[in-house]
Amino acid sequence: MNEHDEDRMKKLLQQALPPVEAEPEPARDLWPAMLRRLDAKQAAPAPIFWSWFDAALLAGLAVFAIFLPASIPVFLYYL
Amino acid sequence: MENGSNDLLNAFRQGSAEAFEAAFETLFHQHQHTVNGWILRIVRNPATAEELTVETFSRIYRAREHFQPSRGFEGWARRIATRAALDWLRTVRPETELPAEIPAPATADPAISSEIQRKIALAFQRLAPKLRVAATLAVIEELPHKEVADALGISVAAVKLRVFRALRTLRKDLQQQGITP
Repeated sequence: MNEHDEDRMKKLLQQALPPVEAEPEPARDLWPAMLRRLDAKQAAPAPIFWSWFDAALLAGLAVFAIFLPASIPVFLYYL
Repeated sequence: MENGSNDLLNAFRQGSAEAFEAAFETLFHQHQHTVNGWILRIVRNPATAEELTVETFSRIYRAREHFQPSRGFEGWARRIATRAALDWLRTVRPETELPAEIPAPATADPAISSEIQRKIALAFQRLAPKLRVAATLAVIEELPHKEVADALGISVAAVKLRVFRALRTLRKDLQQQGITP
């Protein structure tokens, strides 16, 4: 695609999807909706976050257990 | 977007729970309209923009530990808003919705039929969200590449590359439909 094609595509795009004018304000104050969102978040149980390290450790243990099933009782003993 | 005072930003970052809540409310009222306007430029749907404004401030509320008062609130809020809008675009199936009607200057070329314009708009929706956001801000909204780069957290060169890839993909899509741009 050459520069002419690029300019042509830009013009076509601008005609199909004109820019949004200025910065229209929301029809309403969003603070009440914000408060509802924060209340809902606080009421919900805390999500469990898994780091990549947790996932890698678990995957490693699973692989280990598959290839060395005899190690399972040892793992269980240390749990 | 004007940055709040240093006291306000410091209270938001490291104030007591009470000071933080008060600072957050003040920042929300100061910036909700500009954040909403920014998101509206990306998603082009007023109701979605309002939802994503709330989502953005919800992320801001949870991420105060990462805020650096010396770098100002505006740019940080804009980056989070852009990410929220991008996440939303990833969840929307293309070809199900066309952008909402938003008042805009009449610049349409009468030589281009409304059907072709509709096909261009739909083809644009089929682009990968990260290409679409870059093209929306840099081409449709004609914002400086630096501003787009800051909002996306990428380099200016990466913005130019994304815009180029967006236009090239769009052109190919239209050509496959028998439209010669």
